[in-house]
This record gives sequence, structure tokens and C-alpha cells, in this order.
Amino acid sequence: MTVNENPPTNPTTQEIDFSCRVPLLALFGGGALWLVIGSLLGLIASIKFHAPEFLADCAWLTYGHVQPAADDALLYGFCIPAGLGVALWLFARIGQTPLRGIIVPVVAANLWHLGVLVGLVGIFIGDSTGFAWLEFPRGGSAILFFAYLLLAMWAMMNFTGRRERALCPSHWFLVAALFWFPWIYSTANLLLVAWPVRGVVQVIIAWWFGNNLVFLWTSLVGLGAAFYFLPKFAGRPLQTYYYALFAFWTLLLFGSARGIPAGAPVPAWLPTLSAVNSLLLIVPVIAIAVIGWKTLYGAAGSECKGGPFCMIKFGFVAFVLSGLLQFATSCPHFSRLVQFTWFGAAQTQLQLYGFFTITMFGAIYHILPRIMGFELPFPKLVRVQHWFAILGVVIFVVALAVGGMEQGLKLNDPNVAFADVTKSVLPFLRASTTGLLLMLAANLLFAANLFALTLKWKIALAKTAFAAVTAPLEKPEVEA
Amino acid sequence: MKNGFAIFFAAFVVLGGSWCAFVLAPELQLGGAKQTSVLNSSEVYPIQRSGDATLGLQIYRANGCAACHTEQVQQDDVGCDMMLTSVGKNTNAVHEAYQSYFNTILREHLVGPRVVDSIDRIATNRGPWPGKLPVRILAPVDKFFADLEADKIAAAGGKIEIQIVALGPDIARGWGLRHSVAEDFLYDYPVQPGSLRAGPDLAGVGAWMPDLNSQLMHLYAPRSVVKDSVMPPFRFLFEIKKIGDAPSPDALNLRKEFAPPAGYEVVPKPEAKELAAYLLSLHADVPLYDAPFTSLSASTNAPANKP
Repeated sequence: MTVNENPPTNPTTQEIDFSCRVPLLALFGGGALWLVIGSLLGLIASIKFHAPEFLADCAWLTYGHVQPAADDALLYGFCIPAGLGVALWLFARIGQTPLRGIIVPVVAANLWHLGVLVGLVGIFIGDSTGFAWLEFPRGGSAILFFAYLLLAMWAMMNFTGRRERALCPSHWFLVAALFWFPWIYSTANLLLVAWPVRGVVQVIIAWWFGNNLVFLWTSLVGLGAAFYFLPKFAGRPLQTYYYALFAFWTLLLFGSARGIPAGAPVPAWLPTLSAVNSLLLIVPVIAIAVIGWKTLYGAAGSECKGGPFCMIKFGFVAFVLSGLLQFATSCPHFSRLVQFTWFGAAQTQLQLYGFFTITMFGAIYHILPRIMGFELPFPKLVRVQHWFAILGVVIFVVALAVGGMEQGLKLNDPNVAFADVTKSVLPFLRASTTGLLLMLAANLLFAANLFALTLKWKIALAKTAFAAVTAPLEKPEVEA
Repeated sequence: MKNGFAIFFAAFVVLGGSWCAFVLAPELQLGGAKQTSVLNSSEVYPIQRSGDATLGLQIYRANGCAACHTEQVQQDDVGCDMMLTSVGKNTNAVHEAYQSYFNTILREHLVGPRVVDSIDRIATNRGPWPGKLPVRILAPVDKFFADLEADKIAAAGGKIEIQIVALGPDIARGWGLRHSVAEDFLYDYPVQPGSLRAGPDLAGVGAWMPDLNSQLMHLYAPRSVVKDSVMPPFRFLFEIKKIGDAPSPDALNLRKEFAPPAGYEVVPKPEAKELAAYLLSLHADVPLYDAPFTSLSASTNAPANKP
């Protein structure tokens, strides 16, 4: 952290930060756009439950189009590029190595967003593959895969060429995530889309892929970031290295080999193995909670004041809760209760938004002023956004989790007519729509800050360019 | 953990293990799955869907129907229904044996939600035989108890047939006769078992809603068929056109409040017909080795109530 004392030949912290500027702006800017689009789509999907006739005559906008598009816009549009951007910066910063050849990650970031666009359009025109979290048709997936490889390669090149050789826990989590995505994404696309396997093997692979991407990948990247930022904000080293090591391995081991729901029409050993691993997931979750507690409790670090520290702390708590829910839903009686209900949507949102997105907000708000060299245009909005995001996700998750249990109780009682089951969930769905509205507001504020910042930078660039164009005409004459 | 290679290698091993367990092993086990034979029958299952239904699966996929509907019936248990098929000559002896449930019954032999129901039935069935055979005398009990009682009644000269039934809320709702199994999806691409029941399970919709016209009307105007449905209408799969010289044979027979203005008719587009054909092709209702039940044409085994 005392980089300024390095010998003058070494790149300064500022040089390292500035080297990440353009790729990170490309990743985060597009991400913010998809985040807003995703929450708008989620809102449309949610309204359809209050008014089934809403936009019903538009074949592009049925619930079955809009809901997967909203999910994918959040995951592929925001979570993955934001995670990659934060990983790039963390590698450069921790390894004390400026990012080189930034044209490649910039192109790759734009390619990634193009891939998301192609994929979303594909879903809307009915080209969805039909597998959850893998809906993007093959064109979009191919672009995404290629863009990811480029970004991951650049991150890895920076990692392997790092000048500060010591590895820290963030490195393990981020490297594992960088490496795991191409593996699962290519497996899923090759075996489900390009050369589809037969029968239920398709859906086994789709469930495995979905869990590994939505739960494991985001956990690895989010924790990788949290394990860098939390000690930094708390002003105390990560407590402790060995807990983190233990959490890392158990998370990989138990977190990756699961995802098949109980009662699925597949050979019984698959849901059983999944459930066992989900139960054992309590081990890394407890270890991670202990790390958070020991690192933060009583630390004389900075106060959070609704800024990045608050966000990352909230994200961390949300991760622990999400892990506990994964544990709970692997218990046979509870899983029997909440299967096929809205509880699943609550869990996904807790993981993707409550944990990952809010952690990324915090990380991005911390990173942005450093890579730009000036403060955020609307620093006060950060605090407002923090509250909107937290309130929104809490309302959404609590409403759908409770609603899901209510729905499950009624679904499991054959004397309750199905129409009554649906009706009993509607109040909870209304509450969840309120949550979505708050999250939309938070996302808009995030996008506003980010785009205003980019605009400010571009204006400054234009001014410099203008000055550069107008100035030299006189100078050479003077020197000549 | 001090160098990058160690992380890379160990992560490779752990994650490779996950890949082997959840991608490679299922593919080895099920990738070459073939048709199986239907229990107690020479037929094979599943049969390839008709052309229309196969196209309809793609309409189902493209519109994301699986976002709200599952295609997986769940089952808690199996039980035995005891059907009395013959009382023989000595009706009283059979009756005695039958009534001895009350003396010997062990509640733990009764399984599933119909326990109270069956006890009530026994209590009210004390009179002489109504003469109608076969009659279900106790349901559902476990196999041990069913065999025990069947022996008793056989000794008294009667005849008992034991039927295997699936139990659970989904079965009681009439969504299927057994739980869904891998075989049901053998020919599907993509396989879409769904994960949310915002709408009912569709694994057996072709059996519990077998009428093509109802299916089409339900797609066009869900609330014309199911009163409080929250399903959005899929009107874009239909055409509203002026009635020509004669009404077209495909036109939907809609109730007044859902019908188009006079002189117009609602005709399904090919997509709607294909989707309906797919829905009608969904009736996982044959017994298999891994999901047994006694298949009866007799109406006694019909699903209890329609959802």
C-alpha cells in the first residue's frame, strides 16, 4: 500500500491505475447500460403477473422472453464484465504491474457487450436455446466466449508478469474463476447447443452449468474482491490467511459439484450428490463468515458512510445468507416445500444482486476515482444508491422467499385448488415489484454517475485534443 | 499456495472432478439411453412425437413457456390399493376377514394422505356387499399389509387384486399417474423440465386436458377456460379474420365475452396448432420399471380431481 516509496523506475500506483482506465470504462459502462436494461425488463416481467394482458399482444415481450432476458442482462450484461473489470484492476494493483496492450481488452470488452446484445436480440426473436442461464443463441455465445478468452488472457498475462510476486487470497479466487468460466461455458455450449447430448443429460449439464456460473463463479469473483477491499477498508489484514485457504478449497470442492434439484427426473445419485455437497457448503460459508467477522469486528478502519465499504460489507453478509439458503434448500423437507416456487427466484436475486452486484458497486465506486484521477461527479448519490439497492433487494428477496414458502405449503396440499395457490402469491409478487423498482432506481443512479464521469473525461480529452491541435502550430516556429 | 502453478493445478483437479461427476458420468450412464419396455406390456416407451408436436416443442421453447410451467410430476411414495374382485361362495367369511382390519389394523401400514379417507370407508362399509365388483376395499396401504390381508381374504374364498398407485400432492391433483422419469424426455430437444410452477405442471396435460379445442381456446384466452388464470393470452398465435362464405372449420368456438366482433372469427395459425399438438402429446401415463403403477382401463383408477 506504500507504493509511492518504490524506486522511481517502478511504475507508480497512479500509472498502474491509469493503465486500466479505458478497458475498465468499456467494461463498466456497457455493464451499467445492461444493468438498467435488465432491471427494466425484470420490471416488465413482474408487472405481467399483476396484469396478464400487459404487452400480451407483442410476441417479443411475453413473460417467457422477458424474464430470461432480464436474468441474462443482469448476469452476462453486468455481473461478468464488472467482475472481469474488477479482476483486471486487482491483478494490476496487487501485482504492481500496469496493464499493457490495452487495445485488446478494450476491443474484447466491446465484443463482450456486442455478444450480450446479439444474445438478447436472439432471445426476443425466439432463438433462445431453452436452457436456463444459457438462453443466448450460438452466435451470441461464440462472441461472448471469444471476448472472455481475450479478457481472461490479458488478466492472466498481467498476473503471471506481476512484479510483486507474493500471492494473496484474492488471487486464488480470481484465478480459479477466470479459468472455470471458459470450461463450463464451452462444455455447456458444445454439449447442449452445438452437438446436443440425448435426453435428460442435457438438463443435467444445464443445471450443473447454471449453478457453477450463478453461484460458484460469482462467489469466487465477489469474494476475491471482498477479500481485497474488506481488509483495506478495515485497516487490518485478512483474518486469517489459513481460514481463507480453507474456505477457498472447500468452496471449490463443494460449490462446484452440485446444482441438480431434488426430485429431478434423473438417476437418483445426481440429486443426492448435489444435496450432500450443498449441505457441506455450510463449511466454507461458516469459514467465510468467520473471516469477515474477525477482519471487521472492532477494526479501527474507516467508517462506511454509505460508500464502497458499506456496499461491500452488505454484499458480504448477503453472501453468507445466500450460502445458508443454499444449505437450507438442500435439506429434504425444506427443498420439498420450496421446490418449483418463487423461493428460487429470491435465492438467485440474493446471490446475483444482493451479494455480487452490490459488491461490484462498492468495488467500482472505489476504483473509478483512482483510474480517472478525479472524483465521481455525484458523490452524494452513491449513498442514496446504496440505500435504494439494499432496500430493493431486501424487499424483493424477503417477499419472494416468504411468498415461495406460502406457495409451497399450498402446492403440497392437493385440497387447495391451483388457482388459489397462484392467487395467494400475488401480494408477495406485488411487494417484489416494489423491490424491483427500487433496484431500478439504484441502477439508474449508478449509470448516471458512471456516464457523467465518462462524459467529463471525454470532454477533458476533447479539450486536450483541441489544445493539442491548436497549440503546436506556433511552437515549432518558435523552436525553428 | 505460494505460486500460481499450484493454484492452477489443484483447481484443475477439483473442478475436473466436478466435470467428471456431472457431465461425463451422466453422459456415460444415460447418453446411449434407448426406448424401454412398458411394464407388463409388449409396448415400448417413449414413442417419437408426431411431426406437429415436435414442431410445437420449438414453439414452447421459443416462447419460454418453461419459465412458468414445469414438466416434472413429483411423487412421495407408492401404495397398494386392494381391489376385491370376487367374493367366492362364502360372502360372510370374506366380509369377516375384511372387517378384521379394525382389529388388526396398524396405522403405520397406511401411507399417504388418504389414511383417514380409507378408515372412513371401512367404517361405512359394514353392510352386505353391494354386489358391485371389483371394489376398492382399502387404499392405500403398504405392500406387507396388503399381502397379509389378501391372504386372509383368499383363505375365506375371496379374491384380491393388489394395485400399485403413486402417491403425493401432484398425483392427487391429477397432474400424472406417476412421477416423471428420464425416459419421458428421451426424444426432446431441448429438454425443458422447468423450475417454477407459476402455472400448473404440464407433464400430463395431454391426459387431463385432452380436448384440442379447449387447448386452443386456453391459448387464445386463458380466462375463457380457467376462470382465475394468470396466464397471459397468446393471441399472436391466432388470426382474427372476416368470415368468408362459410366459417372455417378451425375457428374457435369462444364464449361471448372472449369472441371477436360479429362477422369475424378466430383461426389458429399453424404455430398455435403445433403448440397444442405438443401439449396434447404430453401424457406420461405408462408404467415403467423405475416408476411402476398398475395401469387400469377401469374408471376406478382415474385421477381424483382435475386441477
